[in-house]
Parts: sequence; structure tokens; C-alpha cells
Amino acid sequence: MSFPFYVNPEQMAQEKAEFARKGIARGKSIVTLEYAGGVLMVAENPLQLQKLGEIYDRVAFAGVGKFSEFDRLRKIGVQWADTEGYRFSRDDVRGKALANLYSQVVGEEFTRSPKPFEVEIVVAECGDDELSGHEKNALYRIGFDGTIQDQKGFCAIGGSVDSLTSHLESNFREGLDLGETLRLGRETLQRAENGTPELPPESLEVAILERTKPGRRFRRLGDDEVAQLLG
Amino acid sequence: MNRGDFVRFWDGYKGSSFMELLETEAPSLRPNPGDWFAETGQLPETSHGTTCVSMIFSGGALVAADRLATMGYQVASREIEKVYATDDYSLMAIAGAAGPAIEMARLIGVQFEHREKIEGEPLELEGKANSLGQLIRQNLPAAMQGLAVVPLFAGYDLRRRMGRVWKYEITGGRYEEAEFDSVGSGSIFARESLKKSFKTAASREDAIRIAIEALTDAADEDRATGGVDVHRGIYPRVKMCTANGIEEVGDEEIAQAYQGIMSARRQPGE
Repeated sequence: MSFPFYVNPEQMAQEKAEFARKGIARGKSIVTLEYAGGVLMVAENPLQLQKLGEIYDRVAFAGVGKFSEFDRLRKIGVQWADTEGYRFSRDDVRGKALANLYSQVVGEEFTRSPKPFEVEIVVAECGDDELSGHEKNALYRIGFDGTIQDQKGFCAIGGSVDSLTSHLESNFREGLDLGETLRLGRETLQRAENGTPELPPESLEVAILERTKPGRRFRRLGDDEVAQLLG
Repeated sequence: MNRGDFVRFWDGYKGSSFMELLETEAPSLRPNPGDWFAETGQLPETSHGTTCVSMIFSGGALVAADRLATMGYQVASREIEKVYATDDYSLMAIAGAAGPAIEMARLIGVQFEHREKIEGEPLELEGKANSLGQLIRQNLPAAMQGLAVVPLFAGYDLRRRMGRVWKYEITGGRYEEAEFDSVGSGSIFARESLKKSFKTAASREDAIRIAIEALTDAADEDRATGGVDVHRGIYPRVKMCTANGIEEVGDEEIAQAYQGIMSARRQPGE
């Protein structure tokens, strides 16, 4: 009879975290910002494979790291949201519940699987002034180990989070319009270690959740619109 | 789907069909209405929707329906909604058993949206029409018990830049129509009316008038079709699907079209 090797759980968690961090640091970053009209997501992504996605009426997704893993998480989010909305009502689909679900799935994988997910994700929700108690926007950041953070105003994920976050901390203000927020978003991404110094619109993937739009609020901004907003 | 299922991260359903997702992950949300009566074979009284018309016009496709639902010889509702926008570029009108039909409209709407979000691209209009056909075929056991749902489907084909309409039968068979069609208890009369008044590439105004005329004729001859109820201010529902999306025609415009039809009919001969 053979016994499995004993591994100190603390050491194992540390090694897994280091592995996940390395995987995430290789990729480019995404910033999510609240603006006067809703929530803006900006990713440095010149490719066709999208990192931002629509989940439901007021909920959007952003993921960095290993594409196959965060895209599967995105699809699971859509499956959950559509099922929840079909079972109950459209207003019952909330960002917080989805963030909790992601936290559980990602956390479980970190603990149980030999290889943790190399992903970081953001669940963004825009508020609705017509729905009492649902007026506020919400941003949730879920780390590779399932940790969940409730963020206020802005949120960065990906390689150079620390420098991006410090830039946002000193420059972000509430109630900026879409153009100003998009310029701040691009400026922030340009500070990423492995980013491009001058990001043209074609290298940006941009999506917004518009508070005042009826129904499905998620909308992608094309290159022309991004160029126009950047001025 | 309960949340526990999502721990099966890699093993869950991976396709883009919401109907299949429910079948594999949440079968309790997809009951087969055919099973409900399997033991007794007795169908309780349910409400039924009546006449719907669809037609192609210059701007795209138009779908209209009266607002009456009946339960046997009684009125179940005077203001039921029978025309549903299933997404930004498609419409569905329902005739037959109201309960399953409304549920079908809701399910097909989620099906289209789900596929668009999962794949990042909406279905083609023909793909949507086929998808609806599959849903109707699945309803066949219920249809055999008397809960038939026979919809009309119409939409704007963004690739071919034109309106298109389809009709269905309870087996799921779908047939594309080049001009117009009608379903429901008053459909014989509506179709007769459309046959005489339909014009190719009609203007928006003409299209509304032709559709209201057809529904008025159906309501005249068929007791289960509502038509225009001037006293209560209840007008048929008319929705249009064009390159700009879905538009619901306002009651005033419909009232005006109706008055035009009626005054033309009261004109004495020369």
C-alpha cells in the first residue's frame, strides 16, 4: 500500500498562486470604470477573440488570463443568467449572485484541482433609476483563487494591476462623461508593463452598459465610435 | 440549473441552444404538456387565441392580430397580447392554446438571445425560423391532446435586406410565404380579404390598412375573432419589423385606418 506524499497545504497554495499569477501576468490588462451614463470596459485587445461579453440586461463580463478558461466562465455566466431570468424574471438576474457563483467555481478549482485557473474576471452591473433599490452600479473582481472584491468606481485586472490601480486612484473622478472616461481608460492601459505606448482604437476592445437604454444595456463600441470619443 | 451544477465546470452543456441547455441542466423547466393529460386523456377548458395575419411590405414584414381570447363560447380576455417581438428583428404571432403559445414565445426569445450571447453573433433569420419549427415539433404530443400552437413568424433579413414570413403546422413543418398568410379561427376570412387587397411592395400606410381590413373581415364572420372594439377603445395589435428594428403601430394610426376602411365601404355606388 502506498501513501501519497504529504504536502504542506500552505506551501501548495503558495505554489499554485504563484503559478496562476505568472499565467495572468503574461496577458494584457482590462480596466472597468463607472461613468455618468453607466459602466465602461476597456481591454487592450487587437484580436478577434473577445475578452468582454454580455451576460444579461444589466450585467457584463470581462476576463483576462487563459482564454479557454475565462471564456468557459463567461458562457457559464450566460447559461446561469438566461436560466435564472427564464425561471424567475429579468430583474431577478443580479451581478452579485453571479459574482458569488464565479467565486465558488474558481475557488473550488483552486483548492481541488492540481492546476488552478489562470484567470481574473470582473462582473459589472449597471444600475437602473426606475427600479427602487437597484439604482447603484456594482463592480466585482474575482481572483484566480476565488477571492471576491466589491470595487467602487473602477477596477483593473491583468498583468500590471498595481500600477494601473494607482494611476486610477489618482485620476479617477465620479460623474465623468463617456469620452473622458474612455480617455482615462486608454491612458491607464498604456501604463501596463507589457502594453503598447500609444494605443490606437483598433487595439482596443470597448463595451459599455448604458443605464438609460431599455432592455439589454450592453453595447460594443466600434473602432469609429471609439476614435470619435477619444477625439 | 441549480448552482451546484456549475461545479461541473468542464462537463456541463457546451452548445449554444437554450432549449437543449434546459433539457440537460434544468429539465423541470421544460415539462412536456403532452404528459400532463396522458393518464386521463381529459383536457380542461383552456383559453385560445384567434386570428393573426402576416405580410411583406416595402419596408419589411408586418404582423397583426386581434386581442380576443376565448374559452369555449366565453370570452377569456379582451386584451390578450398575441404578437411578440422575439428579438430586434423578428416577430411571432400566436394562434391556438394561449398558455403554451405565450410560453413558447418567451422561450424562443430567450433561445435567440442566448445563442447571440454565447456565440457573439445572432442567428440568421432562417435559423430563427427553423429553431421555432423544432419547438413546435416538440409540442406535437400536446397538440394531439388539443393544445395546438400554430404561430406565424416574420422578420427582417439583414443579409438579404427584405422582410420574410413563415407559417407552420403542428408537426413543425415550416413554409415560407412570398406575400402574406393568416392563422387562427378567422384565418379563412382574413386570407380571402388579403388575397383581394394585397399589393406587392405596399407602403407602410397601405400595409396597415390591408392588415386591419383583413382582421375586420375575419371579426365580421368569425365570432371568436375580436377585431376593432370602438366602444372600449381596443384595437388589434400591429407590429412591424424593418431594417431599423421593431416598431409597434400606435392605436390612433390603427383607428384612422379603420375609419378609412369603414367610410369607403359605406360609400354609395355611382
